[in-house]
This record gives sequence, structure tokens and C-alpha cells, in this order.
Amino acid sequence: MGAGVERIPVVAETDHLREIPPGKMAIWVFLASEILVFGGLITAFVLYQFAHGGFSADAAHVKWRFGAFNTLVLVTSSMTMIRALASARANDRARTQMFLLLTVLLGCAFLGVKTFEYSSEMREGFYPSSGMFWSFYFGMTGLHALHMMAGIAINLMLLIAVTRELPWEFLRRRIEYGGLYWHFVDVVWIFLFPLLYLT
Amino acid sequence: MLAGWMPQSVSTFGGKIDHVVYLVFYIVGFFFLLTEGLLIYFALSSRRKRPRRAHYNRGDTPREAAWILVPALVILGLDLGIDSAGHRAWELEKSARPASAIEIKVVAKQFNWEFTYAGPDGKLGTADDVVVENELHVPLGKVVRLSLNSEDVIHSLWIPNFRLKQDVVPGRAIPAWFEATKAGTYEIACSELCGFGHYSMRGTVVVQTEQDYSKWMNDNVLHAANSSSAGQ
Amino acid sequence: MNVAIKPHPHASHELGFIRRYIFSTDHKVIAKQYLGLSAVMAIIGGFSAYIIRWQLAWPETSVPGWGPIGPDQYNAIVTMHGTVMVFFVAMPFLLGGFGNYLIPLMVGADDMAFPRLNAMSFWTQLLASSVLIASMFAPEGPAASGWTAYTPLSDNPVYTGVYLGQDLWILASALEFGAFLMGGVNFITTALNLRAPGMTLMRLPLFVWMEITAAVVFLLSVGPLIAAAIMLLLDRRLGTSFFRPDKGGDPLLWEHLFWFFGHPEVYVVALPGFGIMLEVMPVFARKPIFGYKMIVYSTIAVGLLSFVVWAHHMFVSGMDPRLATPFSITTIMISVPFAIIVFAMIATLWRSSIRFTAPMLFAIGGLASFLIGGVTGIFLGSQASDIYMHGTYFVVAHFHYTMFPVTFFGGMAGLYFWFPKMFGRTMNETWGKIHFWFSFFLFNGVFIPLFLVGIGGQPRRIYELSSYDMFKPLQSLHVIATVCAIGLFLVQIPFVVNLFYSMVHGKVAEKNPWHSNTLEWTLDSPPHHLNFPTPPRVYRDPYEYSVPDLTEDWLPQDQPPAIPATSAAR
Ligand code: HEA
Ligand code: HEA
Ligand code: CUA
Ligand SMILES: [Cu+2]
Repeated sequence: MGAGVERIPVVAETDHLREIPPGKMAIWVFLASEILVFGGLITAFVLYQFAHGGFSADAAHVKWRFGAFNTLVLVTSSMTMIRALASARANDRARTQMFLLLTVLLGCAFLGVKTFEYSSEMREGFYPSSGMFWSFYFGMTGLHALHMMAGIAINLMLLIAVTRELPWEFLRRRIEYGGLYWHFVDVVWIFLFPLLYLT
Repeated sequence: MLAGWMPQSVSTFGGKIDHVVYLVFYIVGFFFLLTEGLLIYFALSSRRKRPRRAHYNRGDTPREAAWILVPALVILGLDLGIDSAGHRAWELEKSARPASAIEIKVVAKQFNWEFTYAGPDGKLGTADDVVVENELHVPLGKVVRLSLNSEDVIHSLWIPNFRLKQDVVPGRAIPAWFEATKAGTYEIACSELCGFGHYSMRGTVVVQTEQDYSKWMNDNVLHAANSSSAGQ
Repeated sequence: MNVAIKPHPHASHELGFIRRYIFSTDHKVIAKQYLGLSAVMAIIGGFSAYIIRWQLAWPETSVPGWGPIGPDQYNAIVTMHGTVMVFFVAMPFLLGGFGNYLIPLMVGADDMAFPRLNAMSFWTQLLASSVLIASMFAPEGPAASGWTAYTPLSDNPVYTGVYLGQDLWILASALEFGAFLMGGVNFITTALNLRAPGMTLMRLPLFVWMEITAAVVFLLSVGPLIAAAIMLLLDRRLGTSFFRPDKGGDPLLWEHLFWFFGHPEVYVVALPGFGIMLEVMPVFARKPIFGYKMIVYSTIAVGLLSFVVWAHHMFVSGMDPRLATPFSITTIMISVPFAIIVFAMIATLWRSSIRFTAPMLFAIGGLASFLIGGVTGIFLGSQASDIYMHGTYFVVAHFHYTMFPVTFFGGMAGLYFWFPKMFGRTMNETWGKIHFWFSFFLFNGVFIPLFLVGIGGQPRRIYELSSYDMFKPLQSLHVIATVCAIGLFLVQIPFVVNLFYSMVHGKVAEKNPWHSNTLEWTLDSPPHHLNFPTPPRVYRDPYEYSVPDLTEDWLPQDQPPAIPATSAAR
């Protein structure tokens, strides 16, 4: 065996990247690109706000009380989601189910309030076509609501998986990833709320 | 070499733009010939005629890497040179706002150009303004300032002989200027896709000597304004 | 997602035909489906190019095999050509096809990290392609606002007269982004997490590096465009006013969002093409890649820089002129990492021992052509000279000289090179060489004249140039380009025949016909479902060719080191 071959170390160093579970890696990569979807919208909104010297006249018509209430609902739902994962880690099936169900219900509550909000705004004559602020308002909250629906669907699937008594190892991982997504959707709202309701 | 293909430059900043084009041409031309030459030379000289062993080298020692990194550094330096030459020409054409007596409003719409001249009161935006379709008359050797507006979609005012190109965006008034250095008639093209008539959205710019221009002004703008106000 | 349990290695034998070849989750089958789909779309893309070229050369005649076309139809065909070629040929060919096939094999994995997500990616892409094709039959015709869909032309249907067609275009693009989002997540996860023992990051074949860089760049740039696509659709259908100046919106916002994605996108296409050339070159030069690490770091640098150059498409768009110089600096700076990659490729050939096979010719020819595209990018990157060049045929020639070499020459190099692995047979070499030489000269014959047309000042997307006196002399250049383009289409016919003939009748290929080092060549041709019968172990870098003191001039990555030199062959 010649010297040339062994110029390169043959045995590999330890490789930490490989120890990350693929699912976790994937969900983070996915969320990174999701962040940019909302990032693009939010940047555009902020730039327009500068260009128009603020949207406060329009923003006065959104019901910040509903927004604040919904923020509370979502923050609570993030907490129940965390509790669900903790219960799964403790192999407590009943509590896992309960917290997942709570999260789903809170999500539905959010959407219910949102629907009510939309309809009352439309009754007052504010539609997506009522100008720049309303374009952004409906566009961003609408896209967020779609993400909420996806999150609710994911949590329902998790709930079914828990009920079907799939192995804990598997469930824990799934609940963790589902939770990451749920928190992401929550965080998006935390950004949208002050931008749209408190300007 | 490029000059033969580019239309004659007849604006004050045209030469500066061309200068940058040539600068880029010579710099990248040199490296292009060098890389292409080496590629062909190495490829042909390494052709395997009889079984021959390649020279084992991985290019991972600093000495070997220098063969690549040093030229790369040179390129970085030349890049910055291109940037700074480009910056000066750009500032001249796009950021400078030389004082001018002639202001013309340009309105682009599907699919023609409207040039609005101030009437006898010398002010744009008043009732005596005169609109000329598709034909821009300007005096030789005078700074002309344009305000570009669009009624519908994005167009782009492109006067190859002036080296002047500027998109015309609905919702904003974009300034532009030029100073022509040679009398004659030159073409205006639209260089942003704006619909089915994009290909024929042609205009002309007529550069006239001072006298010819005044005469044209009198006949077409001042007179036209008078007659229209008289008719009211 | 199959995070939990992997099926038994031999389970595949029980799969029926449908599960195995149609709704397969095997990355190799999905890769072939992607290749097939992109080939079908390439026919559409190529045919539209033919219509464009004929119209430009002989505008007063009707296009044989199509009929006379009007200016609105011309715009629609150019739009379809650009969209199809970039999103439905280049990406599925280089990423969906080669990326899918090779990443798991090269890193030593049994399949992608998420095989079902991978299958979903393909089916979404198929749906996207179908929607795009359907849009061509929309009542007012397909989208006609260019592949860049500048607003408000694309926003308010009255400006083009296209209603449904543009909506379907948006939908097709959005689906395509979805498909490659799924694909990209898979690429990155597979290449980072499923590497075989010993396959460190710095032992990854460069193709894998380029694919994952491309995937990362794609994933991090597409978000804003997805947002923009939604906004555009809302503008068109719900009356919002994001890009509508008449209602307070701003058309330049679209340009920013589009190019924030659009520029990185061109490297998403370019990097995999380069990756293929980088795999092919050392094998036929029998020499290690010169400066592997420099190439890796340069690739990452290209990826990073690609996010801060987008406004070079917008120098004269009416944005703040003070932004031009910063963007010009970043843009032209990309020439540095690219120069390193290119010089490293050239240095790899220095004192090598080259066999000019068809794949090698395509790789070298691709690099040689790309150089023209690369250096002409500098004319556009300079804010001052772009005032002249922007929106002219110079841009058209520039981007064909970058996109075509990476998709066509790079893709063909890959196809001839990995064909034996994919189909177990070898393609005919002689016809391959004929294919190369004709394609090479004819391609240059098409686009060199178009540079001159651009320097002459002719704008792009022009249905016919006779309205302008100054451009009329350029007509003969258009004729030359068209004659060569028609030749270019014709030489693809023997290629297609060769392709299908070789699948059935080609010379049966061994495991490692090119004596190559990377892991895919240690498997049968074609490899079985779930790839590696025994998990591979990697001991060294991927390009150890012509190592001194060995009898053989190649040294596979998985060959244990303790074996005496004389029996190094396998
Ligand atoms: C694969 C695709 C690809 C690639 C790799 C590139 C690479 C580059 N492109 Fe291109 N480009 C496109 C595809 C691509 N482009 C497309 C599709 C469009 C038009 C879209 C549309 O409007 O429809 C476009 C348009 C475009 C524009 C906008 C033009 C306009 O509309 O006004 C600009 C401006 O800066 C530009 C610049 C560059 C630069 C600087 C590079 C650089 O990355 C090139 C770097 C490489 C080299 C420089 C060669 C190697 C180096 C050497 C040989 C060393 C010597 C070099 C020097 C001394 C500088 N491109
Ligand atoms: C990858 C991208 C790609 C490719 C390969 C091509 C290929 C060709 N293009 Fe195109 N082109 C674009 C991307 C591409 N184009 C884009 C983005 C635009 C801008 C659109 C717009 O303005 O909106 C454009 C615009 C454009 C114009 C300008 C129209 C105008 O502005 O008015 C012209 C004119 O000559 C043209 C011609 C051609 C020709 C003759 C070919 C020939 O080279 C075609 C020959 C090729 C084939 C016959 C098949 C190709 C096969 C493959 C690529 C791989 C095959 C894969 C398998 C077999 C699996 N193209
Ligand atoms: Cu106006 Cu193109
Ligand atoms: Cu770009």
C-alpha cells in the first residue's frame, strides 16, 4: 500500500449531524422556508406602511379586542401542546389525549373568533378589495388561518395515532414535530397581531 | 470590435456608458480567452493516446491552491475596478439632476408614447400644455429632463443612441435626463413586455438645432396652444 | 414519512407492478419518472422554441407544423417556453431526476429519508405540469406576461386579455414550488442524516454538495415568491391591491419578490449541472478533483451571495438609484467563487489522462459554453453597462449560455454517464459523440448571433422587428440563429432513437463500466430496491484516481484500506 493512499485519514471523525433524527431535521428545514413565506409578506407590509405613512386610519376598524383574545387562545394552545408532549414523554396516554384534544379545541376556538371577526368587518363594508390595509389584513390572516387548519388536522391525526396505541417511541417523535409546527403558527400570529391590530 | 455593432452614441453620457462596456469587454475578454485556452490546451494535451497514468495531485496544499486563489484575488480586484467605473457612469446618468430649461412629461400607455410640452406659460400641468404623440423633439446640446409616467402597465423608454433606458412604472413619476450631441432622428423602443403591441411601441426622437427647434416649438406647441385656447 | 420502521430488505419482491413502477416510493423509480416527465416537457419547451425562432426569422410566413401566429400568441408562447424550460425541464431534470437518483446512492443510503414524501413530490410535479398544459387550452390562451409575470401586466386581466390562463399559470407554479419544497426537504435530510458510516461531509461527492446547496438555496428563497403568488392570485380574484398602482399598490414589490427568488433559482439550476460535470470529469481524466475543499467553500459562497444580488435584474426598474452600486458589487463578486470552481475544473484536467467519451465531451463542452454565459453576466452585472444591455437580446443570449450548458450539456453528460447504472445497458458511443459535436456547434450557432442582436440594441419579447428601422439589419442574424436552431432540434432525433434503442438493445453494462470510485458504482446495474444489500462503509475521498503505487488507477470509496496494492482491483 503506497503512501499516497494513506495521505487522507481513513477513519472518519464522529459526525454529529447524522445523530439528528431525520424528521427533526426535515421539520426545521421546512419551517425555515415557511418563515420566509410570512417573512416576505410581513416585509412587504412594513415597507408599504412606510411608503403610505401608516395605516392607522384603516387599522382603527379592526377589533383589537378579538385579536387580543385570540392571541391569548393561541398562547394557551401552545402551552397545552407542550403539556401533550410532556405527557407523551411520561407515557401517560390519557393526559396526552386530553391535551391534544384541548389544543385542537383551542385552535377551533381561534378560527371561530376569526370567522366572526371577518363577518363583522365585512358587514361594516371592509373587504379584501377595500384598499391596501385590507388587502394585507385579509391576505395575511387568511394565510395564517389556513396554516391553523393544517395544524388542527395534524393534531387530530396525532390524536388518532395516540388513541390507536401506536408505540410511544413513534408517538413522542410525531408529537414533537407536530408541536414544532403548531408553535410556529402561533409565533406567526404573535407577529401579525401587533402589526395588524395595534398600528 | 463592439463599436461596429452598437448604434452610434449621441448623448453626453453615452460615451461614459460605452467606456464601461469596453472596460468589461477587455477584462472579461482576457480571462475568457485565458480560461478557454487553458481548458482546450489541458484537455488536448492530456488526451490518452497510449495507456498513460495521470499525475496524482489533489490541489489541497497551499502552494497548489495558490494557483487558483491568486488569480481569483486578481479577479476580485478587477471586479472592484469595474464596479467603480460603473458607479461613476451610473451616477452621471441616473443620479445627477443637471439644471435644465426644458422639461417634458412622458406618458407611456398601451401602445404609444405621449410627450407633453409646457405651453406658452412655460409650466407643465396647466391647461395650455401640448401633447405630441410618438415624436419627441429636443434641441441639440441642451439638457432635457423627462418625467416618465405610465397609464397602465410597466413600459421602458429605450433610446439606444442615447444609451438611455428607464422603466416607466405606473403609480410613480420617474425622472430621466439627457443631452443630445448630434442632430438627427433616432428611434425610441419599448423594452419591457407590455402586452400584444409591445413589439410596435415605437417612437422617435428628433434632435434639432436651436433654430429648427424654436421653429418647431412655435409652429407646433406655442401655436397649437394659442389656437386651442382661441377656439374655446 | 417512514421515520419509524424500515421494511424488510426483501419485502420489495412482493410488490405488484403498480406499487413497483407507478406509485413507487423507490427513489430510483421516482427519479426515472421525473426524467420522463421532464423529457415530455422538454418536447413542449423545444417545440415552443422552434415556433419562436421561426417567427423571428421569417415573420411574414406561417410556422410549419403550427400555423400563423399573432403578437398576443407570440407573447404567450415565449411565456410558456420560459416557464416550461426553467420550472418543468431544468429543475425536474437536474434535481428531480439526477438528484433523486444519485443522492441516496452516493451517500450510501437505502432510499430517501422520506420515500412517501418523495413520491408525493413527483405526483405534485405531474399535477403542476398538467395544470400548465391545461392552461394552454384556456379560452383566452395561456399566460402571456413573460415567465417573470411582471405586474400589473399579469395582475389586471384587461391588459393582456388573459383570464383563466394566467390563474392556471400561478397555480402551476405554486404546485411546482410545493413539489420541490418536498423534494428539497428530502434532499437535505437524506444527504445530511443518512450518510453511510465514514461518509463525512468532506467525503461527499461534489454532486451531492451542489444538490444540497441548491436545495437549501431553493427552500430559503421560494417563500417570498409563494407569498407573492398568493398575493397575485388574490389581486386577480378577490380584488386586493397588492400590486395594483391604481389602488395604492406597487408593481415594483412584485419585481423584488420575484427576483429575490428568481436569482437564487438560476443557481438552483446551475449548481446541479456543475455537479454533474464535476463527477464526470475526474472519472475520464483519471485524476482527483483539484482543490475539492475550495470547490465546496466556493459553492457555499455562491449560495450565500445569491441572496444579495437580486436587484441586478432591476437596475433600470425605477427603484432607488442608490441601490444600484451595492447590488452591482455583490453581483460581480460572484465571479470570484465561480472563477475558483471553473479554474479548479480546468486544473483537474492538467496532466491528466483523458478519454473523450460522450459524457466527457458533454461535460467539457458544457463548461466551455458556460464560460461565455458567465462572463457575459458581468456586462449585465455592471450597473452602467446594464443600462444598455437590460431587456435586450444580450440578456437572452446570456441566460441561454448559462442555462443551456448546465441543463442540456450537463444533463446529457449525466445521462450518458449514469445510463448504464440506470438501465443496465450502455448508450451507443459513436452516436453520442455525433450528438455532442452537432449540438455543440449548432447551439453556439444559435446564440452567438443573438449576442450581436442584443449589442445592436434589439429588445427581447419582440414579435417581429420590422417596425424599427435601426433593427432591420439584424434580421439576417435572426435567420442564422433560426437555421442553427432547427438543426439543433433535428439532431435530437437520433439522440432519442439512441436513447430508446440502447435501453433495449444496448451493450449490457457491468457494475462499474467507467471504473469510477463513488458508491453508486459498487451496486448492480441497475441497483435493486433498497440499494445496498450490506450497509457500505466509506474509507476515503471520492476522487482517488491514479494514486501512485497502485496497479489500478482507481480506488473505490468503500474499499477497505488494509488490502495490499496488488489486489486492489475488485
Ligand atoms: C443557470 C443560470 C444562470 C447563471 C449561472 C447566471 C450567472 C450570472 N448572471 Fe445571469 N441570468 C440568468 C441565468 C443565469 N445567470 C437568467 C435566466 C436571466 C434572465 C432572466 C430574465 O430576465 O428573463 C439572467 C439575467 C442576468 C442579469 C439581469 C440582466 C437584465 O435583465 O438586465 C444579470 C445582471 O447582473 C445577470 C448576471 C449574472 C452574473 C454576474 C452571473 C455570474 O454568476 C456568472 C459568474 C461566472 C463567471 C464570471 C465565469 C467564470 C469566471 C471566469 C472565467 C473568471 C473571469 C471573470 C472575470 C474577470 C469577471 N444575469
Ligand atoms: C433551461 C432553459 C432554457 C432552454 C434549454 C432554452 C432553449 C432554447 N431557447 Fe429559450 N428561453 C428561456 C429558457 C430556455 N430556453 C427563458 C427563461 C426565456 C425567457 C422567456 C421570457 O422572456 O419570458 C427564453 C426565451 C427565448 C427566446 C427569446 C424570445 C423573446 O424574447 O422574444 C428565444 C429566441 O430565440 C429562445 C430560443 C431558444 C432556443 C432556440 C432554444 C433551443 O436551444 C432549444 C433546443 C432544445 C431542445 C430541443 C430540447 C432541450 C432538452 C433539454 C433541455 C433536456 C432534455 C431532457 C431530457 C431528454 C430528459 N428562448
Ligand atoms: Cu410598452 Cu413594451
Ligand atoms: Cu440574476
